[in-house]
Amino acid sequence: MIRPVFTAITALIFALPAWAVDIEEVVSPGGGISAWLVEDHSIPFVALDIRFQGGTSLDEPGKRGATFLMTGLLEEGAGDLDSQGFAAATEALAAEFDFSAYRDSLVINAQMLTQNRDHAADLLRQAIVTPSFDEAALERVRGQVLSIIDSDAQDPATIAATQFNALAFGNHPYASAQEGTTASVSALTRDDMIAAHRAAFARDRVFVGAAGDITAEELGLLLDTLLGDLPAEGAPLPGPAPYLLDGGTTVVDFPTPQSVAYFGHRGIERQDPDFFPAFVLNQIIGGGNFRSRLMQEVRVERGLTYGIYTYLALSDHQPMMLGQFSSSNDLVAEAVAVTRAEWTDIATNGVTEEELDAAKLFMTGAYPLRFDGNNTIAGILAGMQQDGMPVDYIATRNAQVDAVTMDDIRRVAARVLQPENLHFVVVGQPEGLEPGN
Amino acid sequence: MILRRLLTIALTLTLPSSLWAAGEVTQFTLENGMEAVVIEDHRSPAVVHMVWYRTGAADEPPGVSGIAHFLEHLMFKSTDDLENGEFSRIVEANGGTDNAFTSWDYTAYHQRVAADRLGLMMQMEADRMRDLVITEADVVTERSVVLEERAQRTDSSPGALFNEQLRAALYLNHPYRIPIIGWRHEMLSLDREDALEFYERFYAPNNAILIVAGDVKPDEVRALAQEHYGPLEPSPDLPQRLRPSEPDHIADRTVRYADERVANPYVSRAYLAPERDSGAQEEAAALALLAQVLGGSGTTSVLSRTLQIEEERSLFTTAYYQGTSLDDTSFTILNVPVSGVSLGEAEADLDRVIATFLETGIDEEQFERIKFQYAASEIYAQDNVQGLARQYGVALTSGLTVEDVQAWPDVIAATTVEDVMEAAELIFGGNTRSVTGYLDRPAPPEAEIATEEATQ
Repeated sequence: MIRPVFTAITALIFALPAWAVDIEEVVSPGGGISAWLVEDHSIPFVALDIRFQGGTSLDEPGKRGATFLMTGLLEEGAGDLDSQGFAAATEALAAEFDFSAYRDSLVINAQMLTQNRDHAADLLRQAIVTPSFDEAALERVRGQVLSIIDSDAQDPATIAATQFNALAFGNHPYASAQEGTTASVSALTRDDMIAAHRAAFARDRVFVGAAGDITAEELGLLLDTLLGDLPAEGAPLPGPAPYLLDGGTTVVDFPTPQSVAYFGHRGIERQDPDFFPAFVLNQIIGGGNFRSRLMQEVRVERGLTYGIYTYLALSDHQPMMLGQFSSSNDLVAEAVAVTRAEWTDIATNGVTEEELDAAKLFMTGAYPLRFDGNNTIAGILAGMQQDGMPVDYIATRNAQVDAVTMDDIRRVAARVLQPENLHFVVVGQPEGLEPGN
Repeated sequence: MILRRLLTIALTLTLPSSLWAAGEVTQFTLENGMEAVVIEDHRSPAVVHMVWYRTGAADEPPGVSGIAHFLEHLMFKSTDDLENGEFSRIVEANGGTDNAFTSWDYTAYHQRVAADRLGLMMQMEADRMRDLVITEADVVTERSVVLEERAQRTDSSPGALFNEQLRAALYLNHPYRIPIIGWRHEMLSLDREDALEFYERFYAPNNAILIVAGDVKPDEVRALAQEHYGPLEPSPDLPQRLRPSEPDHIADRTVRYADERVANPYVSRAYLAPERDSGAQEEAAALALLAQVLGGSGTTSVLSRTLQIEEERSLFTTAYYQGTSLDDTSFTILNVPVSGVSLGEAEADLDRVIATFLETGIDEEQFERIKFQYAASEIYAQDNVQGLARQYGVALTSGLTVEDVQAWPDVIAATTVEDVMEAAELIFGGNTRSVTGYLDRPAPPEAEIATEEATQ
């Protein structure tokens, strides 16, 4: 009954009604700061995504954790306000600010009501431009960061990623946790916070996405308010990370009933001509949906895990192809073996035509549905700029996915997938899993 | 200075309601008893299609804990019309995503697709409401998957294990004491008959609520629902949702759980508390505001301001209340002390701050800020139509109506400081309907304790 309908419906996917995301490129009148905007006046607030390239990889040697701690202090007092005053003022305006640190960027997400946007922007400007870093707040947030470090040391998934990075990235900042260590964080001073702030926030590395109830003209003025007083240039980026890991399995003993496996090898850059085939290939292997090869083989067929996925990590200083799953200690050896076998099979034989078609239908059909709210859209716009994509990317993206052929997949699978270099870090007490190469 | 000025400006403004275009809500009921709610949002060409069943883990028969959730997994297998896994395959081939979730009071299935695929989603969801096929082979592999899910979400997390124990102690008789995922020893023997029995008892149109949110018109949704769900036969003998209820709690209880994986020990206390009732949400509104006053902000709340900022005795504190629930719910306070402060002292700190709060009452400015934030959250919520759909689904499976959901912001707005203090007396006023939990690391061996004592 369903099958005929299904065929008819999937044929329609390419005929989705005319759909477009109308992006305005805004340049601020004062400082010449640019942003991408999608205007939508149906709900009276604006969402902003402001990201500064560099992130926690800007930490100076010996100061690991400085950028992460600094980011945690931005909302703990700024300008004339102490932490209580800043929080109370933000609450009184029902503005929502969120500051996050990642290894390649610092991201500020803001939601501001139209009716008090100027006041909310004034507060946000103080947090970005003139944070106080007062000693009491520094000690309090330092205590919170140290508790995060303790907690990470007891979390098998974090241990796995941390161990993989330590083995892979040599002396590059990527090799260590961005939160820092108990020793490095304990030694950080207020001057380190000021230096980390000066290094990270600058106009030469900022990307802004905005969506919602604001005009281009209003956004231009807002950009000058928020970012106009920042210095023109920040600290230099750390440069490419080495990659020192080869194939094999590393086991980290940890008392838990279920092991976590974190695996991968080098990936592919977004600017690479083979990026789109690799992007589609990853979707087929472990893109996160039920249809993926690994989800079928490891979960659906064998019940070895609750979920398994892979992704292309487009990190600025060393792109990676990574994956993760959890399996009980008595099942994890089989789950690792199945994953390795699929990796080899796809590298050697490619995928089936049916798998490629299904992945393309899913990816092209799902893409227009992503643009479904001011917050989501602001994030997508900032991310596109950070990745160096053209403003018309949204309109051409599905055609690029559709253009991927079986030959492309075969070529890219042989190039990108490296079964002999696939390294697993397994944290737990796995049974029958031999460490080594 | 600046703070004063901002406060005055913000507080003199009130938020206009219903001026925005998204979020128009319509409801109707099919002849077979299936209810429907439509939430319009025409900003993007997507639609969220959800079917919520008024059944969950708290409706399970004794001895088969986890069966509601296990059945939810099996619903993605075969039907008389669809092969194993074909449901998700068709959704994905249409660019959609699908999933499901189970709680104590509800089980929900949802897809997000382009709006012109709504009929196909309904066709498939209607099919598996009545014509599910479960094979022995599916049961064996999928049982392994849910055991892995339990291992990942619960057994790998000391905090999750602790909460499970705390809950089992809080409820003496009500099935909210049983974890949704199930107790491991009972999950191991869940079988095909258990799943089919649960399915046949509860999966019927007159026990289901359809929620459609996105780029749709109510009339087209009604026509499609009539076409696909309309022909399904209702169940004449749906069981009433009368669960075992709580007796008087005459003794307070303490749960101590030690696990070497604990990084930051903490103490929490859960109090049995009334839930939102249809047409009478005032007390729940006061409790929701009480949770905000005590622990809604990491900086300005009563607990965080006193224990984290002024006294620097805590790393983290919070208070929370989940008001939307079919039966009695809980109000929880939590304190993660800094190192050097014991869990016993951390519990005493909580008691002391609450006692002071009961005497001094609520700061008026803080109260107004919280109410303004509540009003603003109604605006921000319009940006996430999937979240709105979920809000209605939880409410309608927890004994509330669409009118109750829509009245909630007004009930919150009308709540006074006195109402909140009355709610605080109800929770903290010397009752024994509570469980205090200590999540700690195992005590060090005797020799180390002796050494520590010797050095003090």
